[in-house]
Amino acid sequence: MKTIKMINISRRNAIALMLGTAGYIMSSGIAFAGKEQVLKRIDEITKGKGAKELDIFLDLPEIAENGNQVKVNFEIESEMTEENYIKNVYILADGNPAPDVAKFSFTPDMGMCSATTRIRLSKTQNVVLVAENNKNEYFITKSKVKVTIGGCGG
Amino acid sequence: MSKVKPRGKVPKKATIDEVIEIKTLIRHPMHSGRMKDKDGKNIPRQIINSFKVDFEGKEIFKMKLEPSISTNPYIAFPYKAKKTGTFNFEWKDDIGNTYTMKRKMTVS
Repeated sequence: MKTIKMINISRRNAIALMLGTAGYIMSSGIAFAGKEQVLKRIDEITKGKGAKELDIFLDLPEIAENGNQVKVNFEIESEMTEENYIKNVYILADGNPAPDVAKFSFTPDMGMCSATTRIRLSKTQNVVLVAENNKNEYFITKSKVKVTIGGCGG
Repeated sequence: MSKVKPRGKVPKKATIDEVIEIKTLIRHPMHSGRMKDKDGKNIPRQIINSFKVDFEGKEIFKMKLEPSISTNPYIAFPYKAKKTGTFNFEWKDDIGNTYTMKRKMTVS
């Protein structure tokens, strides 16, 4: 039957196509990192091991009026001793021109694992935090930020 | 270009095993390489790409910065006070400039 043949494009493909077209029109020449690139980066960071989802305190505004200065604060519960401490923390963003935002390297001397900085977000997107401890275990958490005015000069 | 000036806030005094907060800010344009000037020309990328803190010669904290970090990078982090000493802060940018700052802390 003809009608069945017409819906040969799977639902997933159709959505991808729609999103792709919309994305193309909206971005008009500016390439954004996108979810795939972030997933690829997570894969690179974790060396293919993948990361466990963990309830990490990641403090980001729900709505950022100005994407130029978005305060990020995180705190990870850790003993911070020579035997057990958080070694690296990566911040990634899936809607910026490049997925990487920052990499923090901690030492047991710090007593606790937390840091604050300010980042640029070009549009509404997910901010992903990947933490690595000294035993090469990985933890992940993410938070969505709505951005009213973009901060990447786009 | 305005002068790059590092600033930092470290408590002058702390008690032993107290976790203090160190705050730093450096005045820097952080050109991401995507912004345009008044004539529509691209401003080349020029950012602070690394930040490092030593305490009495031992590295305690390091950060790698990407263009997604805001203008005038602000960084705050904790430190567990153990002894009296000096913190050495170091920022490096894309064109090879290094900015340093020293802060003393007395632990009792």
